[in-house]
Amino acid sequence: MLELRQVHKSFDGVAAIRGVDLEVQARETLALIGESGCGKSTLLRMWVGLVEPDGGDVIFDGEPLDRGNLQALRLRMGYVIQEGGLFPHLSARDNTALMARQLGWPADRIAARVEVLRELTRLPAAALGRYPGELSGGQRQRVSLMRALMLDPDVLLLDEPLGALDPITRSELQRELREIVGQLGKTAVLVTHDLFEADFLGDRVALMREGEIVQQGTLDQLIDKPSEPFVARFIEAQQRPTRRETGATR
Amino acid sequence: MKREALATLALCSMLGCASEPAASVTVGSKKFTESVVLGELASHMIEDAGMGARHRPELGGTRILWKALRMGEIDVYPDYSGTLAVEILGGRVATDHAALSQALAKQGVVLGKPLGFENTYAIGMREENAARLGIRSISDLKAHPELRYGLTAEFLDRKDGWPGLSRAYGLTPREVRGLDHDLAYRGLEAASFEVTDVYTTDADIDYYKLRVLEDDRGYFPEYRAMMVYRADFVRAQPEAHAAIERLANRIDATTMRRLNYQVKLEKRSEAAVAAGFVAEHFETRPRAAGPGSAHSPGRGERLLRHGSQHLTLVAISLLAAIAVALPLGIVAARRRRLGQLIIGVVGVLQTIPSLALLVFMIPLFGIGASPAIAALFVYSLLPIVRNTHAGLSQLPLATLESASAMGLSDTARLCLVELPLAAPSILAGIKTAAVINVGTATLGALIGAGGFGQPILTGIRLDDHALILEGAIPAAVLAVVASLLFDGLERLLVSPGLRIGR
Repeated sequence: MLELRQVHKSFDGVAAIRGVDLEVQARETLALIGESGCGKSTLLRMWVGLVEPDGGDVIFDGEPLDRGNLQALRLRMGYVIQEGGLFPHLSARDNTALMARQLGWPADRIAARVEVLRELTRLPAAALGRYPGELSGGQRQRVSLMRALMLDPDVLLLDEPLGALDPITRSELQRELREIVGQLGKTAVLVTHDLFEADFLGDRVALMREGEIVQQGTLDQLIDKPSEPFVARFIEAQQRPTRRETGATR
Repeated sequence: MKREALATLALCSMLGCASEPAASVTVGSKKFTESVVLGELASHMIEDAGMGARHRPELGGTRILWKALRMGEIDVYPDYSGTLAVEILGGRVATDHAALSQALAKQGVVLGKPLGFENTYAIGMREENAARLGIRSISDLKAHPELRYGLTAEFLDRKDGWPGLSRAYGLTPREVRGLDHDLAYRGLEAASFEVTDVYTTDADIDYYKLRVLEDDRGYFPEYRAMMVYRADFVRAQPEAHAAIERLANRIDATTMRRLNYQVKLEKRSEAAVAAGFVAEHFETRPRAAGPGSAHSPGRGERLLRHGSQHLTLVAISLLAAIAVALPLGIVAARRRRLGQLIIGVVGVLQTIPSLALLVFMIPLFGIGASPAIAALFVYSLLPIVRNTHAGLSQLPLATLESASAMGLSDTARLCLVELPLAAPSILAGIKTAAVINVGTATLGALIGAGGFGQPILTGIRLDDHALILEGAIPAAVLAVVASLLFDGLERLLVSPGLRIGR
């Protein structure tokens, strides 16, 4: 469904992505993981067309992305970021409905779709009329997800969607997100720096370091057969202290 | 003439006022009482000869009148030989009548015969101060550098004014400041300074008991008063020219000072004073009331007229500025290099002094409302361009990227996301422009645009506080109302979502 072929990217002469090949199957959830600055967000942003690679191909459902088809393909992707993605001047309902209105959907179809999504994301009905500034952090991310799902896209691109939430809300949303993605059968790419979240939400994990993919596979594969010492070190660091404790209780 | 008629028509249709009877001759005058009286006299002579006259009184200064005359906005105005020789001809010509006539003819201007009086610059002091210090001539001032000088702004700048005078007499006073001619007398009275420049036919010389110091080195050139005509006009309307020229050699200095006194200190209208003079000195036929001077209509009517003129100036210039500045601001925010250029150019325009800008506009738009609107338009650009640019440039990248990523086109993103988010900044820019505009529009009166500047100008000239307030208070109120209006507009146009957490 999604593919990157030998993509390169430099920012101000500094190589950020160094020849990455990556494939995401339909209905699969891939978690991109790594330390901050490793290039995981940049890869995600290539699919949604916010970063243009210096070399290589970005492929969406068999079609290489270019300026001509970008706008149309974007309608088939839902993009959620950590914070600041909602339009502060529009209510939760208008944020969700904006693109559908642009495409000329009839009002009743929009209203019905918003209601379906509201129930799916468990947003209180009263919150629909509120502006982003009046919503809690968790509610804002629920609205972001509603907006991303509005046009029923094939693909969800999630860039640290839960990164700014407090731990309780975060774990609640992690569970709901897994449910929603699984239930809808979407292809999804999740960028996170949290190994637990990557494992919990992703079918597969791709670990990045300095613009390259170090190893991909299930978390168990990464733990059992680390391709190099960095993989083991990364996992070890993430396990301390929470993972070891939760691991022990599992 | 055609231009004038068109401009008048345009202005009248804009204001929705009844059109005035077609005037065949347009007389201009400067913004001091003597000039206005002479303008009224010329108008009376024309009407007395059975022709139509329109007087555009109180235009800003020599340059403005000269340009208006050359452009055909006015046909005739009163001026002085010294002013013409030095200000218009750059001092390269002698001030005698023959030499001046010849030089002006080359510029398509005909000089009338001398009216019979001279109104030269002179230096004056209060009699009691002069007597106490024993000052009789300008040379005597050299020994008193402690005296403070309050000189009119025009005198300070003119080639035949202070720069030359201080050099000729070696005057080096400690304090020299510039102010309006009509304010100078009040400054003398309030003892803010001791020395000022005066015109020798000023009514105030007697009233304020001034001693006119002797020009013992013969520095000041002659300032013989005469009418100045455009040559086209003299050729096309010889009867009108002849009618005005009947004033030649009929007004001596005493007469002129008396006429000035009647207006300034007896508070009679220029029209009435001029009518009295004409009736006294010429065989006249009975006529209707003279062309309206600034005092004749009632206060309510004046307020309404000045208010509608002022609003027209502000509204048209502001709307035009929004139409141009908003796209410029958007382009500036999109293209960094071009944006710097746009903001730079608009910023430079803003630094042009308002009076200078008004003068620049005359060759393009004549006199009246159009050049004032053009100047106000120029002044309104910067706040709107800058605030549009700033508002759009400061939007969070994450929000803009989200808009693009969901598939909005650039245009849709601009209209649905960027402009609504930048609206508070843009509206604040428009509000600033509007408030500045309301204030600056009072200067429009200097080039015949009317508005609340008119009573201020006339009030200063006639030392009439009530009249000054009649312009100043409504202008201030209008500025406050404009500000409130935009606050209301902001509440209407800006999403409540943007007020949260502010």
